[in-house]
Amino acid sequence: MRVNFVLSEVATGLRRNLTMTVAMILTTAISLGLMGTGLLIAGMISDMKEIYYDKVQVSIFLADDVTDEQRSAIETQLADSPEVATYLYESKEEAYERFRQQFSQQPELVENTPPDALPESFRVELVNPERYEVIAAEFPNGQNGVDQVRDEGDFLDRLFSLLNGARNATIAVAVVQALAALLLISNTIQLAAFNRRNETNIMRLVGASRWYTQLPFILEAALAGLIGAMLAVGGLVLTKVLFVDKTLAGPIKAGIIPPVDWSAIATISPIIAGAGVGLAAVAAYVTLRLYVRL
Amino acid sequence: MIELQHVTKLYPASPRPALDDVTTEIDKGEFVFLIGSSGSGKSTFLRLLLKEDDPTRGTITVNGKTLNGMSKWQVPKLRRTMGCVFQDFRLLRNRTVAENVAFALEVINKPHRTIKRVVPEVLEMVGLDGKANRLPHELSGGEQQRVAIARAFVNRPLVLLADEPTGNLDPETSEGIMLLLERINRTGTTVIMATHDYHIVDSMRRRVIELNGGQITRDQSRGVYGVGR
Ligand SMILES: Nc1ncnc2c1ncn2[C@@H]1O[C@H](COP(=O)(O)OP(=O)(O)O)[C@@H](O)[C@H]1O
Ligand SMILES: [Mg+2]
Repeated sequence: MRVNFVLSEVATGLRRNLTMTVAMILTTAISLGLMGTGLLIAGMISDMKEIYYDKVQVSIFLADDVTDEQRSAIETQLADSPEVATYLYESKEEAYERFRQQFSQQPELVENTPPDALPESFRVELVNPERYEVIAAEFPNGQNGVDQVRDEGDFLDRLFSLLNGARNATIAVAVVQALAALLLISNTIQLAAFNRRNETNIMRLVGASRWYTQLPFILEAALAGLIGAMLAVGGLVLTKVLFVDKTLAGPIKAGIIPPVDWSAIATISPIIAGAGVGLAAVAAYVTLRLYVRL
Repeated sequence: MIELQHVTKLYPASPRPALDDVTTEIDKGEFVFLIGSSGSGKSTFLRLLLKEDDPTRGTITVNGKTLNGMSKWQVPKLRRTMGCVFQDFRLLRNRTVAENVAFALEVINKPHRTIKRVVPEVLEMVGLDGKANRLPHELSGGEQQRVAIARAFVNRPLVLLADEPTGNLDPETSEGIMLLLERINRTGTTVIMATHDYHIVDSMRRRVIELNGGQITRDQSRGVYGVGR
């Protein structure tokens, strides 16, 4: 295969329909960028699940007037309970320290909270997180020094369903964008084929193989897909540097939100590139088969 | 070498067949004129030989290969054994004479060395040496047709199909083109030329196949354009 020939055909083709090419590249980039965002959110969700679900499932907050006997009675009961995998005692001071760290970006909030405002608690990990009700029944609210038992899992479930929703919405928009990108690619390839009809007619008549005739068009689309993918990755990098790392620095430092690692972006970049190049090439191939006589 | 058996071609749009039960045979090395008025089916005949289109009925054999049912990826191989020339030259406007001829070889993956050697050879043969670097619009019509013939012949096809190659040329220029086609024919290449230029047909005295409404109405060796004209 004559590489120079094919490449110069590709370059000519892309230049000749500059507006269409730009539109095709941008739509592809937006679609792939959203797809990448969806993948990053998905990764973030599973990271967060590890951070949260593994740590705490049930919090038992103690009353302000809890006695030492009541406290050790609760601890014994937890230690003996077959439902409990592990538990951790958190004093008022430790609770305040954790709170200060979590909200280090909001100093007014920390300043306005007296150090003893946060209750002491037992943080309990269950053998089976679904069995929250059983533990709640063992420690009735407002009795024996227990202020209230809270199912953290319930809160997390709601949080994660929100995050899952965000991920699904992103991916849905990405799919719609991808559809627009595919139509634009198809259109651009038809236009390119029309512009090059003299060349392809002659190629056909002198017996160039179908593959040879199609390749410039397919490469043209694949190249546009690749450029789109590169723009999309660039967009993700900018989003990380300018938005995630700046605006979300506090919650990330406090361990509320997992950071978006460079390694995560490095992992999804080839996926994005592959999707961009692959989809564009397939769209071009199908277009040539359906609409263009080669 | 080329054989048509009861070939009928119907185009979807028209009720009248473009070719109507055509049976004929053309041997290797023959020079054949395909004559008939406009719309008689000459171009369709040539297009079917190139497998640009398929016959509605009947079988076509070219170089021992049956075109009916030939798979798509075998068609390029068939076309490499055939050259074709048209009334409108079909040159690439942004390529020079030499590049136009080389294009036909590049796209079938001929090695660079071969291309560099054979392009000047064929340009000399068609009488265009010294004009290799001209663009098509810098040439006369006759010269442009010579480029097209060079491109069709450069890969040494077994068959050269010419669809009214002199249709856009004056008689004198046409004569030069005919001498060139004769010369190509003498190398052993079968030439099939569609035309309605009776001067040319009458002066050449070659085989004449006349089409009328898609049917062969005459097939005569050493024929003239019109019987009793
Ligand atoms: N692509 C086509 N679609 C429909 N009808 C066609 C097509 N090509 C040719 N025809 C018809 O077939 C008949 C033969 O055409 P053609 O082979 O071009 O004749 P010629 O070359 O002798 O002028 C004409 O009636 C023409 O209108
Ligand atoms: Mg015709």
